[in-house]
Amino acid sequence: MNTLSTYLIIAALLFGLGLLGVLQRRNLIGMLISIELMLNGANINFMAFNRFLAPEPAVGQIITLFVMGLAAAEAAIGLSIILALFRKFRSINVERAQQMRG
Amino acid sequence: MNFMTEAMAQAAFWIVVGLTLAGAVIAVFPRNIVYNVLGLVLALTGVAGLYVFLGSMFIGLMQLLIYVGAICVAIVFAIMLSRPLHLEVPQRKLPKVLLAAMASCLFAIALIGVSLRTAWKPAAERGTDWSVATIGELLLTRYDLVFEVISLVLLVAILGAIVTAGFSRRLTS
Repeated sequence: MNTLSTYLIIAALLFGLGLLGVLQRRNLIGMLISIELMLNGANINFMAFNRFLAPEPAVGQIITLFVMGLAAAEAAIGLSIILALFRKFRSINVERAQQMRG
Repeated sequence: MNFMTEAMAQAAFWIVVGLTLAGAVIAVFPRNIVYNVLGLVLALTGVAGLYVFLGSMFIGLMQLLIYVGAICVAIVFAIMLSRPLHLEVPQRKLPKVLLAAMASCLFAIALIGVSLRTAWKPAAERGTDWSVATIGELLLTRYDLVFEVISLVLLVAILGAIVTAGFSRRLTS
């Protein structure tokens, strides 16, 4: 049960589901949720390598903390951009935002 | 007795894994956005449980605090602020869905294959210092530049979020 490959497989499954969500959803908030899933898959990888392989157990935890902080910043700025888009187009369908291209 | 606790820990581990994957499936597939957020909460809580199994209570609690407590609540706020969000979006065409599914399946299978076929070697000598005090000390000595830069990024992101959300309101109304 508690082996490295179990955690790596779980992380790969989470990442794959998040990738599917990003590619397939058209709701902008749904895409943001999928990106959070992908970040969590990467974090599980960091923590698993930290637990089973790394020489210093503190480093992996610190990197995981950094990823969490960046995810918080990304969620804040992403949600505010989504709200601004929603006020402009009255919709959060991605394909509506195509008229912004040059 | 020892065998019993072992079996219980194993059962708890698989329950946590099941919750995580079920939450991820709920976060991606239903077309109602509110279900997606609730699935995300479930998946993130499961990941926090996985961190506890990986030996770090601190990161598990941080996961609950930052992801479930802050990010999910922010997403719920965004959903409530943009009202007709839960209305149905027209269905994507089938070939696109199939292509997306094939691409992500391929990617996940490749990742799993690589992780299974690699012979992972542990580091020659491994420290046993899991205390939070060490994490704090390293954050302020070896990783202090990264720490400061992340603080700056958070500050800029908060200001940018206020400016983006606030200015667009002024422009439209």
